[in-house]
Parts: sequence; C-alpha cells; structure tokens
Amino acid sequence: MTTPPGRLALCLAALVAVFLLMPLVAVIPVSFTPSRFLSLPEGEWSLRHYRVLIENPAWGQGLGLSIGIGVVSSVLATGMALAFSLGIWMVQPRFAGLLMGIALLPMVAPPVVSALTLYFFLITLGQFNDVIAYDTWAGVALAHAVMTAPYAVVLITVALTQVDRRMDLAARGMGASLTRRITSVILPSIRFGVLSALLLTFVLSWEEIGVTLFITSVDAVTLPRLMWMGLRDNIDPAIAAISVILICVVVVVILAKTFWLGSGRRAKGE
Amino acid sequence: MHRLPRPVWLLFPLLGFMLLTYVLPFLGVAAWSVTLPEPGIGQYQAALTDPLVQSVFLRTFRVCLVVTVVTVAAAYVITLIWVRGTPMQRLVIELCILIPFWISVLTRAFGWLALLSNRGILNSWAQNLGFLTEPLTMVRNEFGVVVGMVHFLIPFAAFPLASAMRAVDERVLLAARGMGAGRTRVFLQVFVPMTGPGILGAALVVFVFALGFFVTPAILGGGRSVMAAELIYLRIFQSPNWGLGAAISVILMVAVGALLALMMRHARGAGPR
Repeated sequence: MTTPPGRLALCLAALVAVFLLMPLVAVIPVSFTPSRFLSLPEGEWSLRHYRVLIENPAWGQGLGLSIGIGVVSSVLATGMALAFSLGIWMVQPRFAGLLMGIALLPMVAPPVVSALTLYFFLITLGQFNDVIAYDTWAGVALAHAVMTAPYAVVLITVALTQVDRRMDLAARGMGASLTRRITSVILPSIRFGVLSALLLTFVLSWEEIGVTLFITSVDAVTLPRLMWMGLRDNIDPAIAAISVILICVVVVVILAKTFWLGSGRRAKGE
Repeated sequence: MHRLPRPVWLLFPLLGFMLLTYVLPFLGVAAWSVTLPEPGIGQYQAALTDPLVQSVFLRTFRVCLVVTVVTVAAAYVITLIWVRGTPMQRLVIELCILIPFWISVLTRAFGWLALLSNRGILNSWAQNLGFLTEPLTMVRNEFGVVVGMVHFLIPFAAFPLASAMRAVDERVLLAARGMGAGRTRVFLQVFVPMTGPGILGAALVVFVFALGFFVTPAILGGGRSVMAAELIYLRIFQSPNWGLGAAISVILMVAVGALLALMMRHARGAGPR
C-alpha cells in the first residue's frame, strides 16, 4: 500500500465506529434497570424486564407469528424470484430492463408509498375474503413477500451471472429437458445465491416494520410491531431486554461467519 | 438453427404477483388522490399550497440534505480505513459496519432514545459530572432525527463508496507521489476526485432512502418534527384525509423516480466511455 491512511483519518474513522456502536452498547445497561421506565440501573441491577419477556404471552406470540410470517414470505418471495431470474437468464427477453424494473419496484419506491399501496391492496382484498385481508397473518406474509422478492431477484440474478452459459447450451444440445437443465445444471451452480436469498428475505421480513404498521392493528402483532407499541406510548424497558437478545444473536452470527470464513480463507492461503 | 420453445412462463408468477399486489394498488392510491373527497386535482393544489404541508416538505428536504452530507462524509472516512487500513483495522471496521446493518431499525432507534433522551445516559452523565444543570433536549426534535437517520444510513453509503475506492488504480497514486505530491495533496487532488462518481452515487442512494423514511423520524422526532412519510401515516390513520395522504405519496414517488432516473443516467455516463 503506497499511502496507508494517516493518523487523522484513523481518528475520524474511530469516531464514526464509536458512533455506529454506541446505541447498541447503550441498550445493555438500560435493560437491567429495576425501574418501570427508561433509566440506568443505579446500584441495583434487575432481570425483571427479561422475566416480562417470558411471562407476558404477547412476546411469545409475537415471536411465533414473526417466524411463521418470515418462513412463508421468504419461501414465496424466493420461489417467485428464482423462477423470474431463471426466466430472464434463459429467455433474455427484449424488454428485460422494463420487466426487471417492475420486479424491483417495491425495493426502489419509498417504503411509505409501498406501505400505503399494500394497505390499499389488503383492504380492497378484504372486501372479498377474510383470510388475506387487513390485519391478518396471511395478509402480512403476502405483503412481506412483495417487499422482499426484489432483494431475492437481485441476489439470484447476480449468482446467475457467474454461471457459464455454455454448460446450459451443452445440456440443451444433448437433449436435456427444461426441468433437467434447471435442476441438474443451473441450480447446483447458484445454490448459494438461492440460499442467501432465502436467508435475506427471512431477515427482512423478520425486521419489517414500515409496511407492517400500515397493514396491522390488533390481531397480527409481529415482534417488531410489539416493539413499536412499547416505543411509542411510554418507553418500556422490556424493549431494551428484547433488543439486547436480538443484538446478541446478530453479533454471534456475524462473528461466527467472519471467523469461520476467515479461517477458511486463511486455510486456502489467501 | 432451430429454436426450442423458451420458458417465458417462468417470468409470469412474479410479474403477475407484482402487477396484482403493487402496480394496480398503486394506481388505486393514485386514484384516491384525485377522487377523495371530490374528483379533481384539489389535493395536489392543497399539498403544494397548504402552509403545513409546505413546511413538512421543506423540513423533509432540509433534513434529507443534512443527513446526506453528514452520512456520506462519515461513511467516506470509515470506508477509507475499511478499504485501505491494515488487515486488523479492516476487520474491526467491517464489524462496526455490518453489525449495525443487520440490527433492526427499531432497536437502533431505541438505543438512541436511551442515549439522548432527557433522562437518558448522556444527560445523566453530563449532569452527574456537572457539565449541565438542565437536561439538553436531543430527541423529539430534528437533531435526534438526523442522528438516528445518519446512523441507519452509513452502511448503505459505505457499500458503494467501498467499491469506488477499491477501483482506484494504485499506480496513479504512486505516480502522484513520485512526482512529489505530499500525502494530503494526493488524497485531496487525486484520490477524492477519482472516487467522485462513488461519492455522488452514495449521496443519491442515501437521499432517496432518506426521503421515504418513516420509522426513525417517527420515534426520534416524537411527533414534533413531522416529515413527509409520517405525514402520510397521520393523514391515513390519525386525522384522516386519505386524498391528501395519497397525493403526497404520489408526489414522493415521482420525486424518487426522477432522482433514480438521474442516477441511472449518471451511472451510464460513468460507465465505459
């Protein structure tokens, strides 16, 4: 490296790094406060807000609902995105740009506009049925699939750019059916892309709050929706407890991934 | 060469799904904006002349501008180390960017509440140490909103900046050094201009994201400094005026569309020449 960053750049970057981690660290002491409102524990530390998470059934229900919605919406979104990306890759249609634009629309539109749009969709649909409607779990799962499918399209399309077209052409030339080409030639090469799409769509649904706020009220209360309620009215320290748990999960997963991949990379001598 | 039937039908599920759940309902929202409460473009006139709505638009624009400048500057500094630091520095910075990125926006907003509110950590410390006698109001105003949004958006700016910085040709920097330019001069007159398209791209991404932001301003602004996205929520759910909410949505959509078109043209211009 010709010009390693100077001391000034390092100091500024350290400040930004502290800024990035500060709110995550701040949550930890607050979660152990013995009092009923947002405060730092003074002298005495308490686990009462963690106990609330176990004792109040709302948290367990929210957790279950969020997982269920996440699984359904990520399978739906990734499935449709996989078919679409394969279609674009194999057909190379003339208006690929336009079709891609339609598929990616919910990702680029302002989230609040998507939220209002999906609200309109679900109350309109709710006039004809009770299953997929405003404030139902199926409605939320469908809306999350809309919001997350574009991300799956991006990931799978990127994975497909790495596939050698000549392999598919060879399979086709030797008489492989479409199903065979997809399952034995293309899918094995993009399986990591598809898996990451599945994971990303699940995480995005798991965290989704902007759209969920517009399309739920009292019945389909996902975990983020429950947290939102605790943040809006008077700030509930149980939010700190659940936040600490969520932060720990993310930190463990990222550290595991970094060091696992890191040691793999080192083993390969990179 | 004989043509085999091509699997066009693979495209249909997602396209049909998006048409049904997104494109048509958006047209429905657009229809609300010109029919509620009465047919006509009255809601757009209201949106563009009503002092309250105007002040919200003005605040949205101002906050987004400040957020964009601060975010891109902070992301630039941290990405510099992420791309050009020692392996250890790179690892630490990568974790500092990735961990917040994967944590829910609600948790992050809550963390800022815990830090900045009147009885929060920073105010308690400052008062205990005698720096302050009165708590300093840092949330439920624009300051809190800007802090929360900058925090949310830094990773989104860091990714395009990192790819721009990785593309910088090391030999150009070497040449500048060889011809006698000092470190500062190489950085300011060679490195920064070479990452210019990345800076512009990051700024556009951040600005577009910030425009439609809802959750962070709603929590950290505490209903005091309402931005466009929150105004839509209020007009739909709290003091209903669906037509106005829909009209503001359409205006936001058009603004973002125009910015994205600008970005695409810019990306094309910056591509292979």
